[in-house]
Amino acid sequence: MAKTLLTLRVNGERQTVAAEPHHTLLEVLREDLGLTGTKHGCELGECGACTVLVDGVPVLSCLTLPSEIGDAEVTTVEGLAKGPELHPLQTAFAEEAAAQCGYCTPGMLLSAKSLLDRTTAPTREEMAEAIAGNLCRCTGYTAIYEAIDKAAERMRETERMGGTQPAAVRS
Amino acid sequence: MSEFSVVGKRLPKVNVWGHLTGTARYADDIQLPRMLYGRLLRSPHAHARIKRIDASRALAHDGVVAVCTGADMPERMGIMPSTQDEYALAVDKVRYIGDPVAAVAAVDEDTAYDALSLIDVEYEPLEPILTIEEALTREDVRIHEDSGRPANVFKDVHLEFGDVEGGFQTAHKVYDNWYFFEGTTHAPMETHSAVASYDGDGKLTLWTSTQVPHYLHRELEKVLGIPRSRIRVIATPNGGGFGGKSDPFSHEFAACLLSMRTKRPVKFTLDREEVFYAHRGRHPVLMHLRTGVSADGDITAVHFQSYLDGGAYASYGIATTYYTGALMTVTYKLPAYKFDGVRVYTNKPACGPKRGHGTTQPRFAFECQLDQIAEDLGLDPIAYRERILQPANSRTVNGLRITSMGLGQCLEEVKRSTRFPEKHGQLPRGKGIGVAGSAYISGAGLPIYWNEMPHSGASVKVDRGGGVTVYCGTSEIGQGSDNVLAVVAAEQLGVLTEDVHVVSGDTSLAPVDLGSYSSRVTFMAGNAVRQAAGRLRTLVVEAAAAKLGVPADRIALAQRRVYDLADPAKGMTFAEAAVLAESKNGTLVSVGSYKPPKDISGDYKGSGVGPTAAYSYQAAVAEVSVDLETGIVTVERITEAHDCGRALNPPAVEGQIEGAAYMGYGEAIAEEQVFRGGLHKKPSLLEYKLPTSMDTPEMKAIIVETIDPEGPFGAKEAGEGPLNPVIPAIANAVYDAIGVRFDETPITPAKVLDALQKNRSRVGPEGLSSQRDPKAAMRRLHATTDAREKKKVMS
Ligand code: FES
Ligand code: FES
Repeated sequence: MAKTLLTLRVNGERQTVAAEPHHTLLEVLREDLGLTGTKHGCELGECGACTVLVDGVPVLSCLTLPSEIGDAEVTTVEGLAKGPELHPLQTAFAEEAAAQCGYCTPGMLLSAKSLLDRTTAPTREEMAEAIAGNLCRCTGYTAIYEAIDKAAERMRETERMGGTQPAAVRS
Repeated sequence: MSEFSVVGKRLPKVNVWGHLTGTARYADDIQLPRMLYGRLLRSPHAHARIKRIDASRALAHDGVVAVCTGADMPERMGIMPSTQDEYALAVDKVRYIGDPVAAVAAVDEDTAYDALSLIDVEYEPLEPILTIEEALTREDVRIHEDSGRPANVFKDVHLEFGDVEGGFQTAHKVYDNWYFFEGTTHAPMETHSAVASYDGDGKLTLWTSTQVPHYLHRELEKVLGIPRSRIRVIATPNGGGFGGKSDPFSHEFAACLLSMRTKRPVKFTLDREEVFYAHRGRHPVLMHLRTGVSADGDITAVHFQSYLDGGAYASYGIATTYYTGALMTVTYKLPAYKFDGVRVYTNKPACGPKRGHGTTQPRFAFECQLDQIAEDLGLDPIAYRERILQPANSRTVNGLRITSMGLGQCLEEVKRSTRFPEKHGQLPRGKGIGVAGSAYISGAGLPIYWNEMPHSGASVKVDRGGGVTVYCGTSEIGQGSDNVLAVVAAEQLGVLTEDVHVVSGDTSLAPVDLGSYSSRVTFMAGNAVRQAAGRLRTLVVEAAAAKLGVPADRIALAQRRVYDLADPAKGMTFAEAAVLAESKNGTLVSVGSYKPPKDISGDYKGSGVGPTAAYSYQAAVAEVSVDLETGIVTVERITEAHDCGRALNPPAVEGQIEGAAYMGYGEAIAEEQVFRGGLHKKPSLLEYKLPTSMDTPEMKAIIVETIDPEGPFGAKEAGEGPLNPVIPAIANAVYDAIGVRFDETPITPAKVLDALQKNRSRVGPEGLSSQRDPKAAMRRLHATTDAREKKKVMS
């Protein structure tokens, strides 16, 4: 099949690539844009490893065609940090050992981000629901909840202090 | 204050940042110039002879660059050198649905996929053997004609220790039960993937998601027929392993051969369904357990028989078979013990090692039976276990050496945390609480091929800026092995973990480590790195002592400083001390290695499986509620204490406990690797019920530290043992809730409901039926095929 030109907004940048028209957003991100941070565990919509945000909403990129999303903003794990500044979720995931093999992690982070964008005081139930579509075989989810909790707390702190993030632990 | 500056601190893992930013490079993330994409053609038959393979139509297809078949790699292979019964691609016969028969390399994945249907294979279907009973009795159908054992027996082992007859005779009561543990699979989130690149200089590099780069290295040499010196295996970060990436796999050989043929890099990434067929997971095991007990509950003798459904190939099967018997003795006092194990071949994907390797199933049986014994004695099940504990620093009846032993503390911890005695037997109907204990090895006492060399080697280099690099052949599978090595090196040298660079899993750059299996890395590679870094520490200390004019035993290293203990202000940076040491001694590189001690087992045939330098111990309590209307078992909470010797990194240890508890929970409640006529019933993540966040119980992990005398800084394993007690703890909790003994897994709503409706007190196997109709398998197969055909016609 002939490749066609495609324009996407990914992590704040407009990108034009030539891609097979039947390829999924997952394939275009990984193979054509080199954004291999987005993972795949099934390519059937069953594991959540391929989760990205489209206009802030978690979407399974293995079930999405780029043509479906038009001009919407795609956020992948590579777009989570703002410059050198890690997202509070990234720092908290590190501190709480919420990433073991790390394979579910990109999808998990994005599902969690979408939750924290809605509320910075989520309950355990809300967290469980937010990541219900993201399978993790390593952690048993416990450390992930603790990390989301911690990130939420830091984000609340930031809100209280009027927007500056507390320094990341990474030295 | 702790005597350590890094060990025991709640620090982020050194390699975690790649996972969190999307820069960690897994095998499928690798993209090389001119790379081709490979796919495997797999058998649609459970058992068949290959009469002819013709790949000419596929080769002629646009975009196909090369094809290979079994005839191209006729060398036998397999992880255990003594039982090699596999080929890289099937030769002459296929033995399970999904058995790889040919491989294609093409310009892209779609083309490779399309080309598979153009490979013509002519099969002569044979009757499949699908159950343990058939495998044991069908002399007329042989899955491996040359196995040298009757019918489809792969291996049978028989061991006896102490006065078993006498033990049963003096027993006040003999418990005699059958159990069945269903097969399960690992389902790591990352599917297997490998990239091979054969370069102009005649050297081959294979990046692959493997737990055992060293063993794979050996098999590649054997099968590809090129010297190991020209092959480099690089274990990429595994997106989970759990034992499922511990065998050499077809796609790894095919990638290499096709790259050698085409002189282009070739990538294979299995799809999810293929991973269910590649399998090598938990064996289904039928078990017969007889235990004699005295009037006050002391065990007088145990006779344990296991029948393992091994699937089509050997894999680690010899070890698995022995493991079903070996560790029964290390938890509670057993004066006499008899073990008979049989593993059979069946026409299903090969089973192998899954977290807990071979010890999970017998542990389920034993701990369920102990629950019954305690009940008959009128004892609290924790109190009963505490009474019969195997002591620390002892020998078991089968000759295993026990050193540190924290099962008592683990039981105490879970008891306190859950207030077990106040709840057990006293909760309303439908609510229950159960307990179980268990143990695991910190690395197998022997390697899989006989040799006198170290099990783990490491080298450590200190650079002139105070940076430290650790080289070790371990494979990072998510368990945190890179971090363990960094922690050990950093503690020895008084630097921070972020100063340590870890080069692991590369057969060319790093000394041999046998791999990430049998929970061996912390103990063995940890000790190797400890020794290597310790040697450099000595040089740094001597150089600093000379400079400061104080005796060497007054020098301390911590927080990137080397200083006088008596006057901490007097000192220098680690980098300065390293420069002094290098000026004095030359380049700062050292080596270390580790081999388990000799005297850790008895001396008999079969004594090689079971010994380890240190056993880990664990106890779990499960709290459940059973819905009497729907039969759904909800596990509310799992509380687990684990004796890891010393926690080098507590969050990582807690993560292993929680992850193992989660995995055990899935096996207890829902997961099953089951087949219909050799066809997997649920080869997808949707159908194979992995617990999601919504299902997973609340978990509490408790670390127990016994400071093992031989572990690195006292550490033992944490990766596998914690899975073992969870499953019997849940079964025992279900009994406490509804009075039904589940002597088989998984405990599904259908089984619970059925037991409640029929007023059964037990769900489990009745034994081995040798009178099974031998033709049943074939009839079942035809029936299901017919049904499928009919369905197709109707729809
Ligand atoms: S890859 Fe599994 S849901 Fe998309
Ligand atoms: S960290 Fe391995 S799958 Fe979640």
